[in-house]
Parts: sequence; structure tokens; C-alpha cells
Amino acid sequence: MNNIILKAENISKQYRLGLVGTGTMSHDLNRWWHRVRGKEDPYLKIGAENDRSKKAESDYVWALRDINFDVYDGDVLGIIGKNGAGKSTLLKILSRVTTPTTGSIKTKGRIASLLEVGTGFHPELTGRENIYLNGAILGMTKGEIKAKEEEIIDFSGCAMYIDTPVKRYSSGMRVRLAFAVAAHLEPDILVVDEVLAVGDAEFQKKAIGKMKDISGNDGRTVLFVSHNMAAVKSLCTRGVVLENGKVAFEGGTDESVSFYLSKKEENKLVNFPILFEGGQINSFEVLDFMGNESNLLLGESCKFNLQLRIKNPKKAKINIRYQVFDKEEKLITTLNAMHLNANKVLKSEIQNFVCSINNLRLAPGTYSLGIVILDLNLRKYFYKNNDFYDFTVESGDVFKTGKLPSKENIGVYLSDQDWNID
Amino acid sequence: MNKTESKEWLYEINSEKSLFDFNFKEIWRYKDLLVLFVKRDIVTVYKQTVLGPLWFLIQPLFTSVIFTLVFNNVANIQTGTVPSFLFNLAGITAWTYFKECLTGTSNTFTKNASIFGKVYFPRVIMPMSITVSNLLKLGIQLSIFIGFYIYFVLSGSPVNPNANLVLFPAYVFIMGTTGLGLGMILSAMTTKYRDLTVLIGFGVQLLMYISAVPFPMGEILEKKPEYFWVFKYNPLAQIIEGFRYMTLDTGMFTWWGFFYALGFSLVVFFLGLGIFNRTEKSFVDTV
Repeated sequence: MNNIILKAENISKQYRLGLVGTGTMSHDLNRWWHRVRGKEDPYLKIGAENDRSKKAESDYVWALRDINFDVYDGDVLGIIGKNGAGKSTLLKILSRVTTPTTGSIKTKGRIASLLEVGTGFHPELTGRENIYLNGAILGMTKGEIKAKEEEIIDFSGCAMYIDTPVKRYSSGMRVRLAFAVAAHLEPDILVVDEVLAVGDAEFQKKAIGKMKDISGNDGRTVLFVSHNMAAVKSLCTRGVVLENGKVAFEGGTDESVSFYLSKKEENKLVNFPILFEGGQINSFEVLDFMGNESNLLLGESCKFNLQLRIKNPKKAKINIRYQVFDKEEKLITTLNAMHLNANKVLKSEIQNFVCSINNLRLAPGTYSLGIVILDLNLRKYFYKNNDFYDFTVESGDVFKTGKLPSKENIGVYLSDQDWNID
Repeated sequence: MNKTESKEWLYEINSEKSLFDFNFKEIWRYKDLLVLFVKRDIVTVYKQTVLGPLWFLIQPLFTSVIFTLVFNNVANIQTGTVPSFLFNLAGITAWTYFKECLTGTSNTFTKNASIFGKVYFPRVIMPMSITVSNLLKLGIQLSIFIGFYIYFVLSGSPVNPNANLVLFPAYVFIMGTTGLGLGMILSAMTTKYRDLTVLIGFGVQLLMYISAVPFPMGEILEKKPEYFWVFKYNPLAQIIEGFRYMTLDTGMFTWWGFFYALGFSLVVFFLGLGIFNRTEKSFVDTV
């Protein structure tokens, strides 16, 4: 009963780094010249591994390299990996939006993909017209849509507005309608990318329920890509972990999730300086209340100390934004210099940016820090890394009572509080 | 578990590109999408405009008036017994359909990059739907042409169609396929080299003049016979001249010219389809 329904064989995908512009034509000509003589594409031999922390050595990069996996009929396969590990590229190939540079995917079923809900929605058309248009774009025939029309409208909860142009819809309604169409697709293989991260809580529950129906009751094959480890755990039957464009692990869901989480922690050795176009990061430190590089304490002060070297400091107006993510890559909070009007034109090439927090309120745990260095004058990103640095918060004597709040009971955030009992 | 692996794959995703690998079965499967795209284009194009579909009429009318003033009154180009205004209107109506098909399809990839980057369907549906929805515009513009035609006939001008009128569907077909074919070739090329988008705008303008839109081909033969070959071998000039010949019974018509244009349109169409197919597989990476 468990036949292979989809087989990925040695899939590799090469991208060219930098701008497509001058040089494109010469590479094209060179490629063509090799082909005419019956030789192999010269640019396939080169290309760096997909690892953002290293500086690019070649103009070409392998976003995916020799990916092999099988999917069996009825599987719900979770594809997990860090940002930039190649998940989206793999999805694009699976959904036939682009082709692999080498290798092939063979499939026995029709694939429908949900890389984004509401693709092709036209604001001027009514909800009902958009159901037909969107359904057809996703590969349904008119007859199929007609048969499910009532069901879709019902599921979306937009029955009242169904003959109103979609431009009058709230964004939430638009997403509901779009997901409703998508959820009623009946392909043999469904490819889903994080569509669950939309809509209100009630709708998310409905959406996860529908996903479970599709995979569980209907026994359909689903490929699911997500950052949400909880959703992966509850939906998937198997997992594939991608790392730097390669399959790092393949196996059961729980094993895959824990492999992914453990890999994430041990992979953190940042070498300074980190170069980027227009400058470099000289150093970065997370300092505790004593000014030491160590774990942070709940309720104490701490500092994020960043030193940059910017090549043209007079021209740039730098803004620094940190984002704190938890282990499951959920955004917890943001530290943005712009919110405090703390960005100005720099005076010298080397500059320290110190962000101080007086009273750290993050629950104990390990967090990863993302960084965005932006030039406000040129509206240009100098450097962006969602997984820049890891730090750990330990429980502390927040209320000076000697009672340390335990990790499990806090949740994400511990507020300052006063209790008056009359 | 019994894991068998049979050889009957439904399809394969790889990077092999063959120029003539059309999946007509698949295009047929998506015919409903074609219909819906056409419907969408027609319904939405003049939403929130005051004049609505009247814009379809204003364009050819004003152009014809200008052409009549410039070419016939000022430059004194003779259109025989046919009223110059009607002569220009006929040429412009036919030319507009070709032009709209060409310019509408030539930016298929760049304009639809966001949809194409998210979901797969046979990309060729998009330019095809544009060609079909342009048929409606052609219909509206033909009705104004017919209106003026009747007016001129009633006011005693010596205009009449001839037996070639039965070729009318063939002419529409040739114009559509030539526009679509050239448009597909250009759309494939603009994904990588954007310079072409600049070129298309004024290239189409120039093309109009060497396609004998504002003057009869006979005029060239008479005044500049050494350049006549440009018009003779330009299939578009043959189409425009042929269109005027069947509706107004004026100008030069040869069966050679007709079949030359028909052959050209088929070659361009299949060539365009091939290039388009090759591009659609991986254009997302270059757009």
C-alpha cells in the first residue's frame, strides 16, 4: 500500500550571486560556446556551498546540492531548516515554479502548491468570482469549483460579503477566503508553506484542523514546510532537515525536530570581523550586569555592544535593529534604535553602538538574536542576519525576595508587579 | 510495508529543455483558467473609469483624424476614390489589434512574476488570454468602423467591399498569431535583458510606418520603388493592405502576399511558443 509517490534524485540548484547585469551576456555566450562544442556547462563545476556566514568566493552558489528523498503515499513530510537552508528553493522546484539545475523529481501524482494563499486575487472582482479565478489558477476545473462553491464559502465565513469586490474586504477576510479555496483543492500531493501563520487564532485552529483532515482522514500526501515546530510535530509523520542546501537528517518527526534544535545550538561560532558591502562588524558582545560576557540574568541589566566600521561614515545614517527569537524561531521582541530616534550621521569610521536594557524581563531560556544594519539615507541594508548570535537568560532574583521564578511558569515575559492586599 | 517502485511516473521535473516540447493536453486541462482570465481582463479593465469602453473608440477615432490631417491633407497622400478618413480607420483598426496583442503579451513574464513565482500553470495561458480578450476590443473597434462605413455609403461615397471579405477570419487569425508569436519571443527575452522593454515601445511605432498603415502600398511603388521590397516582404504590410483591399476594394492584393503572411504568422507562433516554453521553466531565477 505504501508506494513511492514522489522521488527526488540528486536535485541541485545553482544561483548566481550579485547583480545580473554586465557579465551576464559574456557568461551566456561562454555557456553557449561550450554547448556548441558538446562540452559541459563550465559554471556548473564551480559554486560555493550555501553558507551565509562565509564570504562568497565564487560568483555562483549552490542553494541546493544533491538532495535525495522519497515520499510515500499518505506521508505528511515536514521539511525544516534554518532560514536560507534551501527550503523555499526546494518548494519552488517541487511546485514547478522553477527547475533544478541538475537532477530530477519524479512524481506519480498531481502536485498543487500553496506557497502563498490568494495568488492571483483580483481586487475588483467579487469574492465569488475570485473563488473561481483562484481555484482555476491552483489547477481546479470549473466543474470542480462549482461542486465545492458552497463548501468554500461556508468554510471562509464570508457568506455575507461573497458578492462584494474583494478590495472592500478586510485583510483577514481576504486570507480566510483564499485559504478556503486552497483547502478545498484535491491534488494527490499538496505542498504547503507556512500558510498557517495567518489569520486570527480561531481561524488558525480551523486551518490546522483542515490540514489534519487532509492528511489524516483523506490520506493525502502532504509536504509541509514550516518554522513552527509545534505545528510540524502535530501534523507530520516524517521529517527532513535541510542544512546549507543539503539533507542533514531524515527520519521520524520527533527525531527530526530535536536534531534541528540541537544543530541550531552547536552551530554558533561567530568569527569577527564579519564583512559586508560598505563596512564590517568588528565585534559584538552580549554583556551581563557586571559587564562580563556570560549568561544574562532575569531582572538585571544587560548590554548589547556592537562595533562597526563603515567605509563612508559621513554619508551613512545607520540604524541598528535587533530581533529576539525563541528556540522555535518565533519573534519575541525587538530592539530598534529608530524607535528612540537614536540614529545619527556617524563621525568616525569606527563606531560603537551600545544598547542597554535596565531590567531584563525575558523568561529564562536560550534565544537567538537577529540583526539588521540599515542605512536610512540610502534605504539600503548593509547586513541582515536573522540568526546572528545566541544568548541565554537565567532565572534571577527579580523581586529581591529570594524567590526565583521558575522557567516553566513564566511563559515569555515577566512583568514588573505590585500586590496590594487589603 | 511493501515499498514498490514502479516506472510509471506521471511527470518529471528536471532542467532538460527541448525547444518543441508542447504539452497541449495540459494546456487543454487549464482551458477554464483561460476563460476566467479573459473574463477578468474584460470585466476589470475599465472599472472606475468614467468613459469605460468608450476609450476603445476614442483611440482609433482620434488617430484616424490626425492621420487624415497630416498625411492626406498636409502631405497630400492620395487614397483614390476612398475617403481618406475611412481608409485610415481601416488601417488603424487592423493595426491596433496586432499592436495590442504584441505589446500586451511582450511583458508577460515581468508583469506576472509574482503569480508565476508562486504557482504553476502552463504559462502560455496568460499571453493566449490576452490575445483572446483583445478580440473583444477589435469587435468594438470594428463596429465603429462599420458605423462610419455605412455613413459614407449613405452619403454617396463610392466604397464597397469585395469578395475577399470571406478571408476576414483568416486575417484576424494571422494578426493575432503574429502578435502573440512576436510577443512571446520578446517576453522571453525581456526576462533577462530589460533593455528590450525600452525598445518595444518605439520599435512598434516605427514598425507601423513600414507596415503601410497611414498610406497605401501603391504610393511607395510609385514614389520610391527602390524601397518597395521593405513593404513587400513585411508580412504586416501585406496584412494591412489586404485588410483594406477586402473592406474598401482599394490597393494591391496578391495571393502570394496572403500566404506569405499566413506562413510567417505560423512560423513566428510556433517559434515563439518554443522559446516561451524554454523560458518559463526557470525565468523565476532571472526576473
